[in-house]
Amino acid sequence: MTKEVFITQTNCITPIGFDVATNMKNIDGGVSGIQLHQNTGLMKESFYASQIDDENLNTAFAKVTAATGFSRLEKMMILALDPIIKKANLVLDDRTAFVLSTTKGNITALQNSAIEDNTNAYLHQFAQNIADYFKFKTEPIVISNACVSGVLAISVAKRLIESGMYDDVFIVAGDEISEFVLSGFNSFQAMSNLPCKPYSKNRTGVTLGEAAAAVLVSSNKEGVKVKIIGDGSINDANHISGPSRTGEGLFRSIKSALIEANIEAAAIDYISAHGTATPFNDEMEAIAFNRLQLEKAPVNSLKGYYGHTLGASGLLETVIGIQSVLENKLLATMGFDELGVSQDINVIKENGTKNSRYFLKTASGFGGCNTAVLFEKIN
Amino acid sequence: MEALKQELKSKIIEVLNLEDINIEDVNDDDPLFGDGLGLDSIDALELIVMLDKDYGIKLVDPKEGKDIFQSIETMGAYITANRTK
Amino acid sequence: MANKTYIQSFCTIEENQIKVNGKILFEKEQSLFSDFSKSVYQHFNIDYPKFFKMDNLSKLAFLATELLLEKTENEEQENNTALVFSNKSSSLDTDTKYQSSITDKGSYYPSPAVFVYTLPNICLGEISIRHQLKSENSFFVFAQFNPLFMMNYANILLEKNKATSVLCGWVEYFDEEYKTLLYLVGAEGELEHSEESIKKLYK
Repeated sequence: MTKEVFITQTNCITPIGFDVATNMKNIDGGVSGIQLHQNTGLMKESFYASQIDDENLNTAFAKVTAATGFSRLEKMMILALDPIIKKANLVLDDRTAFVLSTTKGNITALQNSAIEDNTNAYLHQFAQNIADYFKFKTEPIVISNACVSGVLAISVAKRLIESGMYDDVFIVAGDEISEFVLSGFNSFQAMSNLPCKPYSKNRTGVTLGEAAAAVLVSSNKEGVKVKIIGDGSINDANHISGPSRTGEGLFRSIKSALIEANIEAAAIDYISAHGTATPFNDEMEAIAFNRLQLEKAPVNSLKGYYGHTLGASGLLETVIGIQSVLENKLLATMGFDELGVSQDINVIKENGTKNSRYFLKTASGFGGCNTAVLFEKIN
Repeated sequence: MEALKQELKSKIIEVLNLEDINIEDVNDDDPLFGDGLGLDSIDALELIVMLDKDYGIKLVDPKEGKDIFQSIETMGAYITANRTK
Repeated sequence: MANKTYIQSFCTIEENQIKVNGKILFEKEQSLFSDFSKSVYQHFNIDYPKFFKMDNLSKLAFLATELLLEKTENEEQENNTALVFSNKSSSLDTDTKYQSSITDKGSYYPSPAVFVYTLPNICLGEISIRHQLKSENSFFVFAQFNPLFMMNYANILLEKNKATSVLCGWVEYFDEEYKTLLYLVGAEGELEHSEESIKKLYK
């Protein structure tokens, strides 16, 4: 009998709030973090992005600690983790793991320093800086698996607890807007010239964003929010930058999670999908969901509120997804107008209510990776 | 035009790392994508960068690339008509 | 209690030398990685032009895998080999290369073909495509090779039937310094899959 694994604490730091409650209130009120930015240090032309205000970040950080010397992203991640570590009140011993998930970490360290001094650009160093702040005893585990990193971290945490290696796993996921990432997505012609429009007919690409999110994954049921009941992370084996046209990897990832959870696809009450608003990604997801007869399940993308926050997105969207399920809410897909994928899917257009028991989170990314995790609300 | 076409062939081989292909192997009318040189979507994006960098041509709509990058012949003609450097 | 698992084969590539199951299969005099990797490609008669488009990290992972995994003869035949890779420098070698293409505003031409390799997991994608592995895959970063973690993660994938075998190990590349150890883990074999034996293979 495999161990049961739960999520018992959540938090997030985003442009629309520095805790879950504020984020929920703003989503409810239709507030998005996406704005037009003019910052030639980041990009020559003006661009839409969901960015955290430096002053707000520094003020919030100063309230938590007088410590200095942390990068912007490290501050975001410390702020995300701090309240849940305090609330959990655990002894951080060798049974407690620290998982950090990110796509690019402190990549800005490359532009600020000579190539010889790139220590802070190393992801393990980045993770160690945060681990040292909280005095974790165990070596940080860094997951860098493109845009599925955040949700893959949940799957990894669950597996590590099941393997008997740890009892508790703190996860933090984060990425920030940088010239590096903006120029790269732009060179891929993947950026939207308007705030992104997931699943819509006139969608033209992603809007980038930045955020940090944190959760506690535990074998201890006390204070449980949801139970993690199945997961899968399967490659398309098709192309390194484009998703499979048949949604093969995503289809198989969801299937793997369903088999493990021992439930039928029809039991899924709500899907928090990836929905980056690129033409290919959204189309691929619609195909994969249809192959599983999930076309009636209410589905949303939160990219219209947060932009694509890369390695943070999977965890951030899980945190918000869990909260919406706990509050019996269905959150609207901001930016969505007219369905623009070839297969029918049930995109949530307006905020509504539903008592969901089973909740599916999915993500897909460069390298052909896909991840699906299934959660169950238990009262 | 002839010189430009030769230049394009050698540039494409170099920029796209087509290790086993020589200039003589590429005919002016060979399709660059699909069955011809077997280029893919990332190569197409890289060719857009090349147009900008070496010939001062900015493609506003990446979909235009489909017609321009059919063959060395079509690329040569487009560059000749639109180059700014 | 979980079933016993075994290391079925292993490959190391470092300092211009390739060993499979402890035997030297290829060596070259001191050379740049680009020359070394090309020689390996030619020596083993690999026919896969996409190899030359890969970044160094992917080339390294690709070559080691090429020598460990059988070609899937039949496309219909499913190979459920999971990929669990780790390293220290993530994709920093290519990150640095990409960064230099955007630093000088006078010649600011970000390359999509370079950008796509600024993610360490791209090497998993390359291998998945080559061997048609529609399977579990994940990339981890540690300050140094972490045998205990790798062992536990591979075992749980096997135990929970997420994979029938797991190709795992270390693929590190930064600025001409490289080292890889990949090993295949499954339910059958002779060499026990333990922290000690993994440590020995890595040395």
